[in-house]
Amino acid sequence: MSAWRSALGDGATIAQRNLIKVRRVPDLLVGTLISPIMFILLFVYVFGSAIPVPAGTSYAEFLVPGIFAQTVIFGATVTGSGLADDMQKGIIDRFRSLPIAPSAVLVGRTTSDVLTNVLVVLIMVVTGLVVGWRITTSPLEALAGFALLLLFAYACSWVMALVGLLVRSPEVFNNVSFIVIFPITFIANTFVPTQGFPTVLRVIADWNPVSAVTQASRDLFGNPSLAGGSDAWPLQHAALYTLIWSVVLVAVFLPLATRQFKRSAAR
Amino acid sequence: MADAVRARGLVKTYGRAGRGGGVTTALDGVDLDVPEGTVLGLLGPNGAGKTTTVRILTTLLVPDAGEAEVAGVDVLRDPQEVRRRIGVSGQYAAVDEYLTGFENLRMVGKLYHQGSRRASERARELLELFSLSDAADRPVKGYSGGMRRRLDLAGALVNDPPVLFLDEPTTGLDPRSRADMWELLQGMVRGGTTVVLTTQYLEEADLLADDIIVIDHGRAIARGTSDQLKAQVGGERVELVVDDATHLDEVRSLLAGVAVGAVEVEPHTRRLTAPVEGGAAVLVRLLAQLEERGVHLSDAGTRRPTMDDVFLTLTGKRTDEPSGTSDQKSGVTA
Ligand SMILES: Nc1ncnc2c1ncn2[C@@H]1O[C@H](COP(=O)(O)OP(=O)(O)OP(=O)(O)O)[C@@H](O)[C@H]1O
Ligand SMILES: [Mg+2]
Repeated sequence: MSAWRSALGDGATIAQRNLIKVRRVPDLLVGTLISPIMFILLFVYVFGSAIPVPAGTSYAEFLVPGIFAQTVIFGATVTGSGLADDMQKGIIDRFRSLPIAPSAVLVGRTTSDVLTNVLVVLIMVVTGLVVGWRITTSPLEALAGFALLLLFAYACSWVMALVGLLVRSPEVFNNVSFIVIFPITFIANTFVPTQGFPTVLRVIADWNPVSAVTQASRDLFGNPSLAGGSDAWPLQHAALYTLIWSVVLVAVFLPLATRQFKRSAAR
Repeated sequence: MADAVRARGLVKTYGRAGRGGGVTTALDGVDLDVPEGTVLGLLGPNGAGKTTTVRILTTLLVPDAGEAEVAGVDVLRDPQEVRRRIGVSGQYAAVDEYLTGFENLRMVGKLYHQGSRRASERARELLELFSLSDAADRPVKGYSGGMRRRLDLAGALVNDPPVLFLDEPTTGLDPRSRADMWELLQGMVRGGTTVVLTTQYLEEADLLADDIIVIDHGRAIARGTSDQLKAQVGGERVELVVDDATHLDEVRSLLAGVAVGAVEVEPHTRRLTAPVEGGAAVLVRLLAQLEERGVHLSDAGTRRPTMDDVFLTLTGKRTDEPSGTSDQKSGVTA
């Protein structure tokens, strides 16, 4: 079997194993979902009441794509905590004693995590619909919006993989990822328009890829940007900017994570 | 006979100089030769370097120096090919808690590229062999320690490997499972499998291993068959248990006079042991002398040296004492 076919075949076997765990321990999925659902409710009904919205739209329509973006990024953290957990429990050693491609464990991990994210997005869509969020574009555009969210999350998974392999402890990983991801997803156009931010924060927010993926899905779902939207380049070309980030993240972190996998396990 | 495993000058140091925390030399030049179809037992106290040796030979760890060949393949140059030819069971069971026993073994089979059907068949076979059929379809989370251990050992056999590496395979098993495991291994060895195993149980090495290497502080301090090792530490032992602990010193000096090696004293059991030449005759003379002095014994006898004696003589430690704590070879001179 050629190297990449083995990586895919073995990756599929390992992805399957990870998905069995998602099925057997549904608490994990519930844990991933509780905070975004709570966020939707809190933001729509508490903060949303104080945010001015033009007639004919709603804050919910603005907010839900932002919540989607934040949720799939948190969904991608499972890649890091899962790898750290396997490392701690010695299962990575078992894998490494088998004749599989060095990238197979990581390919399998990132694949199962993006599939789990599909399920997460579906549940979030239902939640969004309940609070009044609607898609007003064609099904094809809507699909493109979801694809872009999942692609970006997949790219994030590779970053998480590297961090998870470096810290080697699921608890430490979860603390670190929480501390980093919260500001990244808040200093963005996810919850409020960036126009009112202080200049420095606004520039950061405009170039933050989380803003771009949010903006791109708003555009593709036909949801409002509020406050006239930003005229920064990344947000004017949100889909393209998201694509560039995704490709670059995978191109950089896939080889780094694979190298770290070979190395850290060999300690 | 060709060697299934060959290693020369294995060195492994943990921790980097200048990084704080100090440097541990886990292996300091170990050589191994394991002829095909034989069992090598690696024996040594905690921290001796047994696991490190196994991890290097199974491609999990890269040595700082030295070379190794397993099943005719260079471990450093072609680790992937080595992995195709070996089965590994590490010191701690590496099984997936959320999968069932069956799913664990089937996954391993698939990762050996056995194909889904064959992998499932083989998984069932092994579950049967390791008496895990009843628990086969329960998640491993609910398995006992011994069951996990057995599942992990089954994982090493999935691909019917010609060379097996087992790191303390029977630690944590009850006597019954241990005996089953021994029988299973003996059967495999008769079938031509080569086995490298580490163990804390001298009895296990005595029973299973054709050759034994005693490792201490990362070095092979003795090697040979169990008979050779026993011969190396001298012939028969005289063993005396005194009634009254106040007589221990007196009896010790008496024994020292006839012993050909160190006299070992265990104060809490009031037991004294010494290697002698001409066992029974020496014992009779000793008994007469003790009678004269009015020292009462609750037990006396002679016995052949055990692997425990070998270990104690060579390392100055019992098997359950770690490498680092006691002064090296403190028990040998007395
Ligand atoms: N990952 C590691 N980092 C630092 N030191 C290590 C590491 N692994 C092992 N060591 C050290 O290397 C030495 C040899 O360890 P090893 O695990 O090979 O011993 P062992 O003979 O298998 O012991 P045991 O009977 O306790 O399993 C010990 O001093 C140990 O502390
Ligand atoms: Mg060990």
